[in-house]
Amino acid sequence: MEKFPLVNCPTGPGILFGIGCMAAVDEIIFHQLLGWHHFYDLATPTFGLLSDGLLHAVELLALIAGFFIFLEQRRRGAADIIAIWAGFFMGAGGFQLFDGTINHKILKLHQIRYGVNNILPYDFAWNVAAILLLIIGVIFFARYRLMHPK
Amino acid sequence: MNPFLPTTLILSLALIYSAGVLRQILWKKRIWNLWRLASFWFGTALIIFAVTPLHQNDHHTFYHHMQQHLLIGMVAPTFLVMAAPISLLLRNLPRRGAKACVQFLHSRIIRLWCHPITALVLNFGGMLVLYLTPLYRSSLHQPWSHHFIHLHFLLAGYLFAWSMAGPDPAPSRPGFRDRLSILLLAMAIHGISSKLMYIHLFPYATPHSQADIQAAAQLMYYGGDLAELLIAILLFAAWRKHIGQRAEASSYPASLAPGDP
Repeated sequence: MEKFPLVNCPTGPGILFGIGCMAAVDEIIFHQLLGWHHFYDLATPTFGLLSDGLLHAVELLALIAGFFIFLEQRRRGAADIIAIWAGFFMGAGGFQLFDGTINHKILKLHQIRYGVNNILPYDFAWNVAAILLLIIGVIFFARYRLMHPK
Repeated sequence: MNPFLPTTLILSLALIYSAGVLRQILWKKRIWNLWRLASFWFGTALIIFAVTPLHQNDHHTFYHHMQQHLLIGMVAPTFLVMAAPISLLLRNLPRRGAKACVQFLHSRIIRLWCHPITALVLNFGGMLVLYLTPLYRSSLHQPWSHHFIHLHFLLAGYLFAWSMAGPDPAPSRPGFRDRLSILLLAMAIHGISSKLMYIHLFPYATPHSQADIQAAAQLMYYGGDLAELLIAILLFAAWRKHIGQRAEASSYPASLAPGDP
């Protein structure tokens, strides 16, 4: 069994958790609770369907991989909670931004909400939230770097 | 579907497994992890639950068929694999028998058969044949083909879980990264095919309503996720154990390191 590349990266498990958690929030809150998204909106092109399937698999595996890499880092005494928070916010924000730009707009997988006249405020709020999460991640990362200068 | 035959078969397997465990513990005074025994019985219980009709009225829905498919073809086999039945068999065989068995497991045909890609093709290929040909429709009327379909998915599901992870030795498990990629591929195919089922209402020409097929497709999507997460956990747990053992081995003092001159 080969080495897993992210074990030596202090922000690695956080990034994976962030991606997996944001995907879960998307699935649970927007699909299931609010019903804004749909299982399938009858307008997705085939390529979007394929990439969505692959992306969904990556998100699920990210949660498990993040958890086990965290356990491994902790056993080595290398887990750093600030670095993990940095990774978490950067992963969550990065995924949200990817979802809001590539998935919603370029691949047109699905929109944030159906049956509204103007989708622009939703897209705006979605991507601004993503950038805020990314900024929080960068602040945590700066703190981590201050404490552990290279 | 008459549940008598599959129930008898899987129950006898569980009893043989339990007898093997008892023989190890009571006669041979060797340790056998009792969680494995519990795992085998849990898998058995899932299969019996899946083949026993609970409500007469939803017996003929496609949703019910999908529940059976997920339990028999994905969840139950993973618990059976976690019970390490092959290790138990090898321990209980006399030395010569065990040797022949290991040789058989390492024969070329079994190595090819036990590769995760083969298992993947059997699983999804079987599904394609079932849902895109009149086979599914005919299985509604012929109990034998119904039994055969469930048996196929049980065996293919077992093969996939065994070739990916678990305590039993497997003759041709690829490396960790390859297995992770194969699992990713399996999860993606599962998600995509359940969406295609939702859109195009496979299987065609059946008495099932659109709402029934769409509910079943969503069950396949989310239920398949759970079953594959279980395999992912097994895979990563094995990886962590392997890394831990290697770290322990390399932390020996130089003079005690195994193989050191």
